[in-house]
Amino acid sequence: MSEPQGRGFWRSEGASGLFLISPTAIFAILLLAAPLATTLLYSVFTDGYLEIIPRFQLCNYIGECASMKLDAATGQYVPTETYLGAWSDPVVRALMWRSLYVSILVTAATVLFAYPVAYFVSFNVEPSKKSLWLFLITIPFWTSYVIRVFMWNVMISRTGVINSALVGSGIVDEPLQMAFTLQAMVVTLAHAYAPFAILPIYVALEKIDRSLLEAGQDLGETRFRTFLRVTLPLSMSGVIAAVLIVFIPTIGDYITPNLIGGGKIPMIANMIEKQMLKADNRALGSAIAVSAMLVVGAVSLLFLFLNRRYLKGNK
Amino acid sequence: MKFPVLRTYTVLYLLFLYIPILILPIFAFNNSTTAAFPLKGFTTQWFGRVFTDPALGEALKNSLIVAGSTAFFSTLLGILAARATTRYSFKGQAPLSGLIMLPMVLPEMIMAMALLVVLLSLGIPLSLFTIILGDVLICTPFAVAILTSAFQSLDKSLEEAAQDLGEGPFSTFYLVILPLVAPGIISAMLICFTIAIDEFIIANFLGSGEKLLSTYIFGQLRFPKNVPNIMALGTVLVCVSIALLATAEFFRRRGLARTGAKDTGGFL
Repeated sequence: MSEPQGRGFWRSEGASGLFLISPTAIFAILLLAAPLATTLLYSVFTDGYLEIIPRFQLCNYIGECASMKLDAATGQYVPTETYLGAWSDPVVRALMWRSLYVSILVTAATVLFAYPVAYFVSFNVEPSKKSLWLFLITIPFWTSYVIRVFMWNVMISRTGVINSALVGSGIVDEPLQMAFTLQAMVVTLAHAYAPFAILPIYVALEKIDRSLLEAGQDLGETRFRTFLRVTLPLSMSGVIAAVLIVFIPTIGDYITPNLIGGGKIPMIANMIEKQMLKADNRALGSAIAVSAMLVVGAVSLLFLFLNRRYLKGNK
Repeated sequence: MKFPVLRTYTVLYLLFLYIPILILPIFAFNNSTTAAFPLKGFTTQWFGRVFTDPALGEALKNSLIVAGSTAFFSTLLGILAARATTRYSFKGQAPLSGLIMLPMVLPEMIMAMALLVVLLSLGIPLSLFTIILGDVLICTPFAVAILTSAFQSLDKSLEEAAQDLGEGPFSTFYLVILPLVAPGIISAMLICFTIAIDEFIIANFLGSGEKLLSTYIFGQLRFPKNVPNIMALGTVLVCVSIALLATAEFFRRRGLARTGAKDTGGFL
C-alpha cells in the first residue's frame, strides 16, 4: 500500500497523517501549550498593577518580592507592596501540604476500596453481565458534579439528612459535626472519583491470562498467595493508572473545598484563583500554579519509581 | 456455597456510589424547605418553582449552546486525530498525541487559569465562545479515546476493497469508514455533551458572568431557601443524564456489533 516513489514528502503517508492531525494539534498548541508556557513565563516576571512587567526574577518562588507600579511623574516602576514567594510563604506552603495530604488520602481510599469491586466484576461476574455492572458503576459519575458535591453537603450538614435521622431516631443526642471537616472533603472526593479508579483496574485484571492462576494453584499455592504473587503484580498497571487518574485532579479540586469545606478549608486551587483574580498578582499565581504542577509531577514520578522497584522485587 | 463476601461488598459499594442520587428525588418531592427527616409529605411545587425561574431558562439555553458546540467541535477534532494516528504513522506522532491527551492528566484549575490569563492579556473578551474553547480542550481527549478504539476495530481490508473497486480516498471515507465508525462518533458526541453540560470550572472562570446550568446551580446554593428547587432540578438532570448515557451505550454496542469486535465494556 505504499505510495509510488518520487512524489515527494507531501504525498507520503507521513504527510497525510500530519495533515490530518494538524487541526487538533494546532488547537492543543494554541490553547494548551501556549497558555502553559505563558504561565511559566509569568511566574518569573514582575507583578505590576493590572499588568505583568517582563523583568526576570525568581522571588515569586523563593524570597520576598515587590509588586511594582508605574509612577506617572518619573516614568519609572516603583515598588508598592511586598509579598513572599510561593515556596517561602507559610500560607501557600500550608495549603500545598493540605492539598497533597487530602489528595493522597483520597487516592489511597479510592484505590483500596475500588480494587475488590474491579476484581469482583472481572473474576466473579459472568462475561455477558460485565458491561451491565460497569454501566451501573459509571452512572453516578456522569451526573452533575456540582449536584453530587452539594448532595453530600445536604447530607452531612448540622441540620441535614444524616443528623436529622440520627437525632430523630435517638441514636445520638447532639448533631454530629461533619460539615466543614477535612474528613468530609475526603469522603466527598473519594465518592466523586470512584469510577476513575475502578475502570483502569478492571481493564488490567481482564487482560490477565486465567491459566496463570490455575498454574499457580496447581503448583501448590493457596488462592491468597496466588493473588499476591500473580494477580496483584499483573494488575499493577491498572492500579498505577487509577492512582494517577485520581491523584492528579483531586489535588487541584476547587468545588469540594468551596461547598464541603465551606471556604474554611481552602486547597491550592482556591489559592491560585485568589492570586490570579482577586489579588491581581498573576506572577505569584503563576508561580503557585507551576509549583503545584511540579508537586503533581514529582509525586507521580516517585510513585512510578516505587512501583518499578516493587515489581522487580517480585520477580 | 459460602457467603459471597465480594458480591456483598460490591453491592454495598454501589449503594455508597448511589446514595446522593437516591436521596435527591426523596427530598425533591418532600414538602419542606429543609432537607431533613422526618419527611413532611408529597409535593411537586419545587419542580414548578424551579422551572418557572427565567434565570434557569437562560442558563439552560446557554448550557445547551455551549454543550452542543463543544460536542460538535470536540468530536470533529477527535475524528481527525483518531483517524491520523490509527491509519498513518508519522514523525512527531507520540509528542503530538501526548499533547492532545494532556488535559486528561492536568488539574483543570491550572488549565483554566493559564487559558484565562492568555485570553485576558490578548484582550479577547470573555463570552460563551471562550467557554466553548475551554470545554473543547477538556473534551477532545475523551473524544479521541473513544474514536481511536472505533477506528482501531476497523478492518483495513474493507478500505482496500473499496479502493480496489475504484473509489477515491474521500468517497472511501464517506461510503465505507464513516458508516462503520458512526456509532463511535455518536457516543463521542454524547459523552462530550455530558461532560460540557456538567463542567463548572471552565464555565465559572472563562465566561463573563453568563450563567450556565452548573454555575446557576452553584449560585443558588448560597440561598438555603432555594435548596429544594435545586434538588428538583437535580432530579430532572439525573434522569436526562441516564437517558443520554443509555443511548450512548446502545450506540457503542451497536458499533462493536457492526465491526464484529469483542465487547470490552465501558466508555473509558
